[in-house]
Amino acid sequence: MASRGGGRGRGRGQLTFNVEAVGIGKGDALPPPTLQPSPLFPPLEFRPVPLPSGEEGEYVLALKQELRGAMRQLPYFIRPAVPKRDVERYSDKYQMSGPIDNAIDWNPDWRRLPRELKIRVRKLQKERITILLPKRPPKTTEDKEETIQKLETLEKKEEEVTSEEDEEKEGEEEKEEEEEEEYDEEEHEEETDYIMSYFDNGEDFGGDSDDNMDEAIY
Amino acid sequence: MTQAEIKLCSLLLQEHFGEIVEKIGVHLIRTGSQSLRVIAHDTGTSLDQVKKALCVLVQHNLVSYQVHKRGVVEYEAQCSRVLRMLRYPRYIYTTKTLYSDTGELIVEELLLNGKLTMSAVVKKVADRLTETMEDGKTMDYAEVSNTFVRLADTHFVQRCPSVPTTENSDPGPPPPAPTLVINEKDMYLVPKLSLIGKGKRRRSSDEDAAGEPKAKRPKYTTDNKEPIPDDGIYWQANLDRFHQHFRDQAIVSAVANRMDQTSSEIVRTMLRMSEITTSSSAPFTQPLSSNEIFRSLPVGYNISKQVLDQYLTLLADDPLEFVGKSGDSGGGMYVISILTTCHLLSSFLSRFGSRCARIFRLVLQKKHIEQKQVEDFAMIPAKEAKDMLYKMLSENFMSLQEIPKTPDHAPSRTFYLYTVTILSAARMLLHRCYKSIANLIERRQFETKENKRLLEKSQRVEAIIASMQATGAEEAQLQEIEEMITAPERQQLETLKRNVNKLDASEIQVDETIFLLESYIECTMKRQ
Repeated sequence: MASRGGGRGRGRGQLTFNVEAVGIGKGDALPPPTLQPSPLFPPLEFRPVPLPSGEEGEYVLALKQELRGAMRQLPYFIRPAVPKRDVERYSDKYQMSGPIDNAIDWNPDWRRLPRELKIRVRKLQKERITILLPKRPPKTTEDKEETIQKLETLEKKEEEVTSEEDEEKEGEEEKEEEEEEEYDEEEHEEETDYIMSYFDNGEDFGGDSDDNMDEAIY
Repeated sequence: MTQAEIKLCSLLLQEHFGEIVEKIGVHLIRTGSQSLRVIAHDTGTSLDQVKKALCVLVQHNLVSYQVHKRGVVEYEAQCSRVLRMLRYPRYIYTTKTLYSDTGELIVEELLLNGKLTMSAVVKKVADRLTETMEDGKTMDYAEVSNTFVRLADTHFVQRCPSVPTTENSDPGPPPPAPTLVINEKDMYLVPKLSLIGKGKRRRSSDEDAAGEPKAKRPKYTTDNKEPIPDDGIYWQANLDRFHQHFRDQAIVSAVANRMDQTSSEIVRTMLRMSEITTSSSAPFTQPLSSNEIFRSLPVGYNISKQVLDQYLTLLADDPLEFVGKSGDSGGGMYVISILTTCHLLSSFLSRFGSRCARIFRLVLQKKHIEQKQVEDFAMIPAKEAKDMLYKMLSENFMSLQEIPKTPDHAPSRTFYLYTVTILSAARMLLHRCYKSIANLIERRQFETKENKRLLEKSQRVEAIIASMQATGAEEAQLQEIEEMITAPERQQLETLKRNVNKLDASEIQVDETIFLLESYIECTMKRQ
């Protein structure tokens, strides 16, 4: 198409084929060469076909818009991670803004998917173990007098309880090395007795005061 | 995949699944099959994000995976499947016309979730239906199951390929990804489930329960512990079957337009009889004898056998070749060929004007025609004819065929014939359609973004009004709040709504055209 346009611009006598056969007679005015890109919104010469209307058209239209909205709410709609804010806030710890550890919100049937797609969720268990571990070295490095031994025995009793938990957890860890643990939201939530909205950091505060528009806003 | 298709896919993915999925999906479409790490490296997204996106895509049947040697799993995207997302509303509406609200919701849930087990679908649909019913009535699972079974029998939903059950326990580690197999016979077998239950209505007491501190809520284990009887059997919507249905509808309406109602009924009967016997992509249906047709005509039409035969002959002789006669033994065998693009293309050319359409139809009929003859036959002045011919030529609707008179192909002694190849014209149109839908979607997104502030404000106001109504506010207060949106703003909102509706409706219409063109191209390619 470019060469054809260029050919017309150069001059009619230089075409490779007989112009008359195709239909351009001698002396006919050809359309002027195009020197700029075609306009963005060329005028419509003919009216377009009317859009579907009536009951069916309206229903399908409403369906389409509903579907669009519904899909945004489903867990399949993955939003990019919220960027970290400038200062770390205390309420961040208790605000569950997204699925933990970037895992997905829904549970597919893992038997049908390749294993590599599963995101491992292990953070909390690791945290717990690292918290408890420091207690252990003091146990082994202690070898002093009786009072300290009494303290030690008391400590040991305490630690027995915690180390039992520890061993249990380690045992579970080993058993479940192959499988994946599901993150247990309940345990995390039990750390506080407050409902989550207690940790509202006041970002939505401004929006609620739209009720009384009579007062001037300073 | 052409650029236009890729652009359209990216817009669709972004709208329905978010940007991360869009990035991964488009990358896969562009570069073919790749493994996990390569994808993460090439797109620059973290491994976790890629995993999430791939999970979503596989769940919705948009991406398939394959295990290669050395345990490497490669993922491949299916561009055509992404483009089907445009057609979801049409599928749902069709099910509504065939199977009423229950069927509609079943298909909607399947499309929204990709694949689901039958029990999950039944439960969800029952819950949704119960909410729309009046107080006190609940939807029984059995009714929903019945509709599901009917959908499966007519092949509108089909089973997904499932994990093969291995009898012997593998000594080695399990494969990195299961190879899913599906038996042709099993595709529509509904498992024997006795789902007893009723849909649950979300009562207001549930809202009170949510108000309690979450720490006190009992652990969410009850539902998971019960063994699901049809575990592992997933269902998906059978898009091909829907396409077949659309095709049949198009044929029937075309026949009705061209001839009269009775002949369209005849054609519809023939199509219905061969619904399940013909695979969806066959160019011809199985031959049916006129006796069979006569027997299966709907009861209301009491036409005699001779009249039926006359109609069939009429249909067969029609130049558009809807029905063809094959063999003349006994009652004669009649075969339907599926070619609806001819009248479609000519209606398209109304864009260029009716004269162009005339020329086009002429060239189509004559197959090859010279410049001079076009003028004579079409009775259009020479200059105009030339103009239109070149316009169509430049847009690739037509092509020139050279026929040399002398062996040296001298231009002065060669015939130049204009001809129409429907296949290439169809492809060109299809490409244009993709571009136009992409433009429509972009424009819609642009309009929505421009007025985002206004939209959010109106949403907030609606939420406030709703909550105040729930707590029983006075008329005056509601009025006050409604006045928060000033009149010009209201008008702006109205305009926006109208524009968005128009754009959406155009998308739907262009999609219908795309469907016809695609099925035509598919058909012709199969025949060759």
